[in-house]
Amino acid sequence: MSVTSEADLVRQDAATLSSALSAGDITSVEVTQACLNRISAVDGTIHAFLHVDADAALATAQDVDRRRAAGEELGRLAGVPLALKDVLTMRGVPTTCGSRILEGWRPPYDSTIVERLRAADVVILGKTNMDEFAMGSSTEHSGYGPTRNPWDVERIPGGSGGGSAAALAAFEAPLAIGTDTGGSIRQPASVTGTVGVKPTYGAVSRYGLVALASSLDQAGPCARSVMDAALLHEVIAGYDPRDSTSINAPVPDVVAGAGNGDIRGMRIGLVRELSGEGYQPGVRESFDKAVAMLTDLGAEVVEVSCPHFDYALGAYYLILPSEASSNLARFDGMRYGLRAGDNGEASVEEVMSRTREVGFGAEVKRRIMLGTYALSSGYYDAYYGQAQKVRTLISRDFAAAFETVDVLVSPTTPTTAFKIGEKVDDPLAMYLNDIATIPVNLAGNCAMSVPIGLAREDDLPVGLQIMAPAQTDDRLYRVGAALEQALLDKRGHALIEEVPAL
Amino acid sequence: MSASAIERMKFEDALAAFEPVLGLETHVELGTASKMFCSCSAEFGGDPNTHVCPVCLGLPGSMPVVNASAIESTIRMGLSLNCSIASWCRFARKNYFYPDMPKDYQVSQYDEPLCVEGYLDVVVATDDGPREFRVEIERVHMEEDTGKLTHAGGDTGRIHGADYSLVDYNRAGIPLIEIVTKPIVGAGELAPLVARAYVTELRDLMRALGVSDVRMDQGSLRCDVNVSLAPPGEPWGTRSETKNVNSLRSVERAVRFEIERQAAVLSSGGRVVQETRHFHEDTGETTSGRSKEHAEDYRYFPEPDLVPVAPTADWVEELRGTLPEVPSVRRARLQAQWNISDLDMQTLVNAEALDLVESTIDHGVDQAAARKWWTGEFTRIANEQGIPLTDLPVTAAHIARVEELIADGSLTDKLARQVFEGVIAGEGDVDAVVQARGLVVVGDDSTLLAAIEQALADQPDVAEKIQGGKVQAAGAIVGAVMKATKGQADAAKVRTLLLEHLGVDG
Repeated sequence: MSVTSEADLVRQDAATLSSALSAGDITSVEVTQACLNRISAVDGTIHAFLHVDADAALATAQDVDRRRAAGEELGRLAGVPLALKDVLTMRGVPTTCGSRILEGWRPPYDSTIVERLRAADVVILGKTNMDEFAMGSSTEHSGYGPTRNPWDVERIPGGSGGGSAAALAAFEAPLAIGTDTGGSIRQPASVTGTVGVKPTYGAVSRYGLVALASSLDQAGPCARSVMDAALLHEVIAGYDPRDSTSINAPVPDVVAGAGNGDIRGMRIGLVRELSGEGYQPGVRESFDKAVAMLTDLGAEVVEVSCPHFDYALGAYYLILPSEASSNLARFDGMRYGLRAGDNGEASVEEVMSRTREVGFGAEVKRRIMLGTYALSSGYYDAYYGQAQKVRTLISRDFAAAFETVDVLVSPTTPTTAFKIGEKVDDPLAMYLNDIATIPVNLAGNCAMSVPIGLAREDDLPVGLQIMAPAQTDDRLYRVGAALEQALLDKRGHALIEEVPAL
Repeated sequence: MSASAIERMKFEDALAAFEPVLGLETHVELGTASKMFCSCSAEFGGDPNTHVCPVCLGLPGSMPVVNASAIESTIRMGLSLNCSIASWCRFARKNYFYPDMPKDYQVSQYDEPLCVEGYLDVVVATDDGPREFRVEIERVHMEEDTGKLTHAGGDTGRIHGADYSLVDYNRAGIPLIEIVTKPIVGAGELAPLVARAYVTELRDLMRALGVSDVRMDQGSLRCDVNVSLAPPGEPWGTRSETKNVNSLRSVERAVRFEIERQAAVLSSGGRVVQETRHFHEDTGETTSGRSKEHAEDYRYFPEPDLVPVAPTADWVEELRGTLPEVPSVRRARLQAQWNISDLDMQTLVNAEALDLVESTIDHGVDQAAARKWWTGEFTRIANEQGIPLTDLPVTAAHIARVEELIADGSLTDKLARQVFEGVIAGEGDVDAVVQARGLVVVGDDSTLLAAIEQALADQPDVAEKIQGGKVQAAGAIVGAVMKATKGQADAAKVRTLLLEHLGVDG
């Protein structure tokens, strides 16, 4: 690689940086410093980061450079910078989950993901912005102000992981970690023209991931290319005895999948229920063109029906708030984070109540109320119980579909990035962003969003969602790589290159 | 403190008018090395907040992992209580806000307990002899204990009115097993005894299983007592739930008190309030706690951070093979083996001396002697000191050694008691105390004869009486010799020597 400037350096993907680092063409300190400089230059506008730990990042980079110079065998991503969603604990580093209620909390322990990243010598630049406790599709629900979409800074970068996606699209970091409960990796990827993967539930340890909805949450890789996502996926996935829901089986070979874009003979299903009304025409068009590409590449594309997907959103908005209402109970001002109303007179209940009143934002309160109601005695069967049944039916729809096809595809989101403020006061409109991404979380299988072009009407990125059966994550990468290459061949450059200068 | 304002009806009158229904919920802290969901030490005590980690502190992001040995202990408990073991069950979250719970929910089991439908047979002594009751068990389930709050300032010792409260999370996450009985009906006036016998039997069973140290004084066995009354033939009445009744005697007293209290309420046309009540050891009374008229909604739902527990049939059968002898069966066996009466056995059980006696006998001590020491001298001392018999620093080995010394004539019973006094006072083992206190029978004939001659010289009239055939007068000389030897002579031996010396036939 011939690097002429820092500006070039930050635009490189992780695989390229990895090769240059191991060839000795560049150092990790150079790459890290370039990212830090880029953050300094653009993050005032983008606001992807809540916390940047330049000293720690440079120290790690120096250590990697020193060990590489000493001839030590290092991992593929050693020395490559990464942005971490602020929902994962990292010892001694502020972890807010985008909430004021956790302001100032420095966890005394590393999440398993952070342990794995450290073990792989990945350089963690800092923590990225998100909707408060991962509740939202726009990052507008952050307690620390919204993140802006590098494609159009008047628009949202998706959510909840808008910070991680924007950091990639703004060339502040080549890699990022996201978490996906109903689409929080895939929807931001879709609206920022990046790649995001929700691995199979249980593939990546949740230990140290501050829970939103335990049965739906899954962390995954975010990147600017399919191969980069695979390289990161490989680092973070794997069995963890500290997470009882972790899968104790070998991780599918996702890197091999990403390296094999051959989809000839693959059977690909179009989900009828994820293609009807409510999809922006430009999104629809881009999607149809991408499907045509898949056919051109030798795949057999058929339409399949998943009739219960129509009930997914409803079920999701019962299960998620129910679990969240319990998971977020611990934020009561007694042990860590914000404490409000402790005037020496107030009772413990009053302090708890006041802390939660001022510490949580409106969306968090809304969902806690919904969940508290849904779990209440006398309502449980009608709400939580019914939602779990729907969940089973959705899993059966997937199982039936995967009897006949290898993967399913849909547009990742119904629209491209909307304007900041456009939907923030309309929760239902906001929730509908995740209509296509939610079924996978309910069923626990895996999915990827990969960029497929720009929508005709607004020149904003469109993403295609690939869904595969549980523990066949490698298939996502295979199909994703095929589309990525076809798009590259067509445009002559990666879509991400078209992000306007900031 | 003024006299109690709580009206009570005489127990006999209460039972003439009402039928009591009991329910017992017992919490047993398991004696596992680590906590229910993390690897922290589950040992009792320790400096506050030293047995803690992100998991038992409920820190954001932390996740529970089930302690397999807690599951094993629970299954063994369930089997020993004749329960069915679920082939698949889940944990559930019990949601409520309280600062002793780090997550503001407790991981427990709700509608899918690990063990269901068992029973425990207990025996109570009645005027007509022993009577057996079958207490049916509804469920045995697992949960995590909470932290321990200490409220400073204020007069109530409760959180409201306290200046500040301290919390120790060492106890948070310790495995807790809850054993819930079905309603116990038909016990009538024996209800307080049945309750006590049940908790006693349960405690002995847990101890025999080795799953817990079941110390009521340390809270590793805690009991909630539910009582309701209704006139015979009527539907059951409203129950009260008396919390944390922390000794066997208190269980009996709490049931009795609640029967007397509720009978007074009902017979004066009042209504029993559904509430929790607190038992007071000093007065034997219960006082009103939290009303349960508007039952708290715990919003139970399956714990999504844990996978279901699914013990295989093979494992359950393997565990069944590890069950110890049931305490009631063991008592019957020992009673037959030692050939002792029902009353003697009851004395041992009441003194909580069964294990101690058995172990003493295993050390070669005669059963009568073993029983005599434990139910006599040692029980008296333990009562004086206000400690459980098991906490006395006397061991079966000590008793065996003392009995050996008695058998070879080195100690008398009286000296033996002094030896134990020394052992209990921490002066060392038996031989050390004997040595230090010089507690040896003066057995040497010449020493004794010298003392006898001296006594005879001091009391010449007595010597004459004896020689004149009044052998019973020998007592005065023997007494003098015992005094001269500071009680360390064998009185019988002194008497024999005296008579020999005087040439008189005993």
